[in-house]
Order: sequence, then structure tokens, then C-alpha cells
Amino acid sequence: MAAFLGLFRRDLRLALRQGGEVGLVLGFFTLAVLLFPFGVGPEPELLDRIAGGIIWVAALLAAVLSLDRLFAADHADGGLDLIALSPLPLELSALAKIMAHWVTTGLPLTVISPLLALFVNLDPEGIPVLTLGLLLGTPALSLLGGIAAALTLGARRPGVLVSLVVLPLYLPPLIFGSGAVEASLTGDGAYAHLLLLGAVTLAALPLAPLATAAALRQALD
Amino acid sequence: MQGEFADTGELVGVDLACRRGGRLVFAGLDCRLPAGGALLLTGANGSGKSSLLRLMATLLPPAEGRLSWGGVPVMEDAPRYRAALHYVGHLEGTKPALSGREMLRFWAALHGEAPPAIDAALAAFGLETVADWPCRWLSAGQRRRLALARLVAAPAPIWLLDEPAAALDADGEARLVNAIAEHRAGGGRVALATHQPIAVSEAARIALDDFAASPDAALAAAW
Repeated sequence: MAAFLGLFRRDLRLALRQGGEVGLVLGFFTLAVLLFPFGVGPEPELLDRIAGGIIWVAALLAAVLSLDRLFAADHADGGLDLIALSPLPLELSALAKIMAHWVTTGLPLTVISPLLALFVNLDPEGIPVLTLGLLLGTPALSLLGGIAAALTLGARRPGVLVSLVVLPLYLPPLIFGSGAVEASLTGDGAYAHLLLLGAVTLAALPLAPLATAAALRQALD
Repeated sequence: MQGEFADTGELVGVDLACRRGGRLVFAGLDCRLPAGGALLLTGANGSGKSSLLRLMATLLPPAEGRLSWGGVPVMEDAPRYRAALHYVGHLEGTKPALSGREMLRFWAALHGEAPPAIDAALAAFGLETVADWPCRWLSAGQRRRLALARLVAAPAPIWLLDEPAAALDADGEARLVNAIAEHRAGGGRVALATHQPIAVSEAARIALDDFAASPDAALAAAW
């Protein structure tokens, strides 16, 4: 337990102390959302209809952007050897790092999403559903992203490769997350979508650390 | 033999072979590391010193052979074995943004539940004055000292050291020799690969060149 908490705390501290990391993700998220009104035009009706999708897509891309720091630095500086040599199972070490990643990316994205929803004219009724959806869905982004980040360790262009690996995996959270917002606006009720979104995260919670640890072992040689 | 680690089991490797990227690096290697013992690995570049240490640390699976700790194959109870060893490789794993003290505390937490002896470890390698500096301010030698201080911060019976004296000055090397001697006096054991003449008394030697595998004809053809 000391090892799990120690790893979690160290990753939080690294992300917060290396200042820009969290700000970079939030800045990218904000800019990506703000580009849409310029690209598709500022008609309120159009924006209202696509606002949920815009915010979810921007959140996915911001999450992808942050994945390279998940394992790459530890792989390059030998820290991964020491993590693998801890009596703590590698699956739990991976989970500790993924949780720290969520706290420094998924959580801040969720927190500022209501503000961005106003920029793209999302109906106020949709905002709680959007935020709740992000809260349920962003842990899945970190969990699935962990697999991709571990698989691409040692690749020559990991940044590009990681997005190719991870974006298909992000389809289920995207579909249910933006679907929830849409359903709440058309009056169909977002409950089913949110449940499915939670199910994606719950399924990824035990499985993703297993896959991530297997990929990390490959990278250790 | 008296001391903290006198009763821990023996580390025994039998008929070990190692394959890296398809190439057989060494084969048929036996090694023994009794309480208080030292194993000095020598050999040319590429002869497999680092590979043998990584193999002994369970970071690399052996292509053949068995490694056992106290009579139990190491992978049968890997967490117990890993809690009993320290591995110091070429890379220190220090983070530019964290201080030396924070690094040591983190490494000790990774290693086990025991309360770490941070101050003793810093003193053992002469790092008291720089302990609270971020690691990006440290020189290569100071980062190496910090990595070695890990050995003292969280005690473990087996030390696996890969070129531990690289980048160390004379004072650092003396402190390393001292730490190894104290560790062995307590029944601890150490395996180290080195090119520098480090004063390690009564060490068993393994010359990796003697176990070099004959060039793999099939592999050569494949290339």
C-alpha cells in the first residue's frame, strides 16, 4: 500500500511541479473547443446541436496529447526498472500511475467543461449531463490510454503511434458520452447512456491495468 | 556469520543462459552468492555483465537455467525475492523536478513498508548538503551517489550493482567500498559488474567471456 500511494503521490507531484503539464492539457482543450465556432459558423442552433460532440472530441484529443508522459519518462530514465522491481505487482503500479494521470487530466477537463459548454452554446439542461458524463467517462480515457502508452514504449514516433492505437479504443466512451448529451436535449433521457458510459469505465478498470502491465513487461527487456 | 542478513537464503543460479534480441549472449553459467559473499563480474563490452545482473534482478527472463533464492525458484514467489534485492543499473531514475530526499523516500516506499533510513543514507554517501536540491541541479556523480544511497535507505540482503563506480570521484568510490564492506559484514551479499578496480575483498569472480556462446549460425544466416 505504501508503494501504491508513494507512486501515486510522486506522479501527482511531478505533474504539478513541472508546472505547465496540467495547464497545457487545459489550454489545448479550451482552444480545440473554441476553434469550432470559427470553423462551422456561430449560428446558435447549429452549435447547440453539436456542442456535446465538440466537447467530447476535444476532451479525447486533449487526453491523447497527455498520454506520452504516462510511462515514457520512466522508461527512458530507468525509473520503470525500479517500479517493476517493487514487490507491488506491476498491474497495481500501472493503476497508480493511471489514477494520477486521471487526476491531472480527466478531472480538470471535467471541471472546466461547464464553462466551455457556454462558449459553444450548449443548452443549460445539457450541462449537468455533459459534466456527469465526463466524470464517468474520463477515467476510461486514462485507463485505455495506459494500454496504448505502454504498447508504444520504445517506438520511434510514439506520439503519432499512440493516437493511432488509442483513438479507436476511445469510440465507446465518445459514443455514449456525446449520446447522453444529445438524449438529454431531445427529451429521451440520458440515463441509459450514462449507465453504459459507467459500464465502459468499470470494465476497463480491472482489464486495462492487466493489459498495460503485460505491455510494460515487454518494454523492460 | 553474524548480522542482520546472516540467515537469509542463498542465491543460486544453475546453467543460466541469456538471449538478447535473438543473440545468445552467454550460456551454461553457474553462480552462487552465499551470505556475506561478493561476486565480481568481469568481461569485455557486450559479454553480458549487465544482462546477467538484469537476469538476476528478474528484469529479464533467462533463456535457460534456474535461479533460486533460499531453495525456492525466484519467480515462484517474485514479490518476496524482489523485496530482498536492490538493483542499481546504468540509469539512476532520478527526476529533475524532485529533490534527492524525495527520490529516496519514494524509492524506499516502492521497496517495502519498512520505515526508511533517509538521513543515514544521505550521510553514507555525503549528500547532506544537496539533499533538498532538485535533482536537475545535481552532477552525474551526485546522481550516482543518490542512486547508491537507495541501498542504505531501505535495507535488502542482495545488492546487484551495474558499474556502480561510474562517474564517482575518489571520495565517492571510498564510500561505496565502505558501504559494500558493511553490508557484507552484516551477512548481505553483492554482485557487481565493473571495469574499474574496486577494492572488494575475497570476491568470487566470474569472467563472462568464458561463457560466451558460439555465434549462432542460424541467426547469422537470417541476417
